[in-house]
Amino acid sequence: MNDMTVMDSTVEAQRTKMAAQNVNVYYGDTHAIKDVNVEIEDKTVTAFIGPSGCGKSTFLRCLNRMNDTIDICRVTGDILLEGEDIYDKRVDPVQLRAQVGMVFQKPNPFPKSIYDNVAYGPRIHGLAKNKADLDEIVERSLRRGAIWDEVKDRLQSPGTGLSGGQQQRLCIARAVATEPEVLLMDEPCSALDPIATAQVEELIDELRESYSVVIVTHSMQQAARVSQKTAFFHLGNLVEFGPTGQIFTNPEDPRTESYITGRIG
Amino acid sequence: MTDASMDNPPPARARSLRQADANTRRRNAAEKRFRAYGMVAILTGLFFLTVLFVSIIRSGAPAFTRTVVNVEFTLTQDQMDAAESELFKTKAYSNLFIAALQGKLEERGMSVEFDEAAIERLLGKVGGTLRAHYKEFPDDVGKPVPFELAASSRVDGYYKGRVNRETLQDSRFLQLSDLDLVDALEEAQIIKQAFSWTFITGADSGVDNPGGAGIGAAVVGSFFMMLVVLVLSLPIGVAASIYLEEFAPQNRFTDLIEVNISNLAAVPSIVFGILGLAVFIQFMHLPQSAPLVGGLVLSLMTLPTIIISTRASLKAVPPSIRDAALGVGASKMQAVFHHVLPLAAPGILTGTIIGLAQALGETAPLLLIGMVGFVARGYPDGFVAGFTEPNSAMPAQIYTWAARADASFYEKAWGGIIILLAFLLTMNIIAIILRRRFERRW
Ligand SMILES: Nc1ncnc2c1ncn2[C@@H]1O[C@H](COP(=O)(O)OP(=O)(O)O)[C@@H](O)[C@H]1O
Ligand SMILES: [Mg+2]
Repeated sequence: MNDMTVMDSTVEAQRTKMAAQNVNVYYGDTHAIKDVNVEIEDKTVTAFIGPSGCGKSTFLRCLNRMNDTIDICRVTGDILLEGEDIYDKRVDPVQLRAQVGMVFQKPNPFPKSIYDNVAYGPRIHGLAKNKADLDEIVERSLRRGAIWDEVKDRLQSPGTGLSGGQQQRLCIARAVATEPEVLLMDEPCSALDPIATAQVEELIDELRESYSVVIVTHSMQQAARVSQKTAFFHLGNLVEFGPTGQIFTNPEDPRTESYITGRIG
Repeated sequence: MTDASMDNPPPARARSLRQADANTRRRNAAEKRFRAYGMVAILTGLFFLTVLFVSIIRSGAPAFTRTVVNVEFTLTQDQMDAAESELFKTKAYSNLFIAALQGKLEERGMSVEFDEAAIERLLGKVGGTLRAHYKEFPDDVGKPVPFELAASSRVDGYYKGRVNRETLQDSRFLQLSDLDLVDALEEAQIIKQAFSWTFITGADSGVDNPGGAGIGAAVVGSFFMMLVVLVLSLPIGVAASIYLEEFAPQNRFTDLIEVNISNLAAVPSIVFGILGLAVFIQFMHLPQSAPLVGGLVLSLMTLPTIIISTRASLKAVPPSIRDAALGVGASKMQAVFHHVLPLAAPGILTGTIIGLAQALGETAPLLLIGMVGFVARGYPDGFVAGFTEPNSAMPAQIYTWAARADASFYEKAWGGIIILLAFLLTMNIIAIILRRRFERRW
């Protein structure tokens, strides 16, 4: 593990964007997330790591209530976005998801043109007053997704015709087009080759300037490269949460240490 | 890799890759056999299909032609005045026609004896036809007018091989001597086969007039029924499927609905027919024999098919598309209508066409609501009348014809099947074009 370069950026304290308090998640009788407390800071990349099946995706999907679409899923506890409980009865999950965007493991562009992929969110939320406005939003989002130069000449060709890495950056552009405050990414690079991965990671680092980013990854190197805060999950428990540098160099919990040294996985 | 392996030749392999071992041979043989079965299955299918098509076309083609006598006839004003002053006016016209016909034959050096009765057996009441024509178009008097007169169904049968000299017994319909006249007329190229528009555009005729029978009214009836089926079962079916597939909670109740829909798809169509009779006609007092009622009954039958295929195609849309839409803050309904439904559209269309095709060929339920054996007199005139006026439908019309004794109706039945298949083909082609349209949107 000596090739692991922990980002040395001084982690200046940011204000808390989202906070989870005593969160439990059940799939029917399966207790998938056990009493998790975590604070996600603004303008910070927070990484969730842990062995497969430990509940990283489940917890991530709680943060924008994507779990609502699973009938058997039940969430208890509080999750606050800027102090407001997102599981409050009065909260419309659809409105929430425009604020907490999501990028999925497998690139999933709509089978529509590149332009329409990005424009869809702004259109349904009425973010653009006219066509020129929309064009501008699309261009800005594609630039933020670091894919503008590659697609600017073929905005009308299908998004599904792009390469895997391009598709994933398109999906990121689509997610930022609705101007979210938090961006959730579930293993966004697991289907990508190393070069595309490097591009996406670079992009994540840039996104940190405007958003609070939460990234699930099974690659510890990736967590080390892109994140400032890391949370280690194991069997549904949040074992350890702290500055990335500390988790990787000086873990407190023996389970964390075993995992990052490759003994559990 | 050690150095040694580079100096020494590699040790001989225990088994050469060039020689298939027993296991591989067995596997390959099995695969070959399987392919052969497949080929045989396809060839058998093709063979039967070919036999089917050839026999349909061979038996049905004669329905599209009829035997006609083409005579150019000139009536002078004097002749007309003379005929009009007689007591039996149409008989006078008949005699003029016979004279003209005899003249034509003599021009070609043929002389055949025939009388007015023979002409009536061949062509029906010619005098009346001629007189009616000149009454309607007085300007035609004095000019040569080409008349196309339909030959009787017996003569038609003689042409199409249903009637022949050996089996013919003299009757008031046709006598052996008449056939000599027919042969002579044929030699003179006066009698010949012509395309029969009556068959395509006409309505059913009585039992004793096969020549005048057409399937046109039944085509219109079927068309209006299909409209009703499409307008009712497509939106209801798709809406039900979307609700069940995307919105309904998974519980006992929805499970029950699901099982019932699957069962409904397998209910014999005659059951729907009797249901339609009880509910639509006896209870709701909708008009009997009307395409509207037929369409309602067939909609009941088609709905399960459409629901099942729509649900299957909704299920086939990858969940990642729904996630993508929800992830950017689309509501469930937006996700369904903007993304899922367009992707499922080709499958929905296929299911709808299969449902409609089934409905189009359905006869049993029509039996019960009185759309079989009904003789539509003239077409339903107007759009609304198309739905509510009594009419028949193609399969019902075919069934009626096939059940009649006269062999020329049997031929009409086959012809009707050709039209039915053509109708079906048109529907399928429209569906394919629409599907292409949808698919082009990726
Ligand atoms: N839709 C679901 N229905 C039932 N159980 C699920 C579902 N999704 C995940 N689980 C269960 O929850 C646990 C955590 O899964 P997940 O969050 O996907 O893990 P990770 O993303 O860390 O690999 C697993 O035991 C998994 O079997
Ligand atoms: Mg996962």
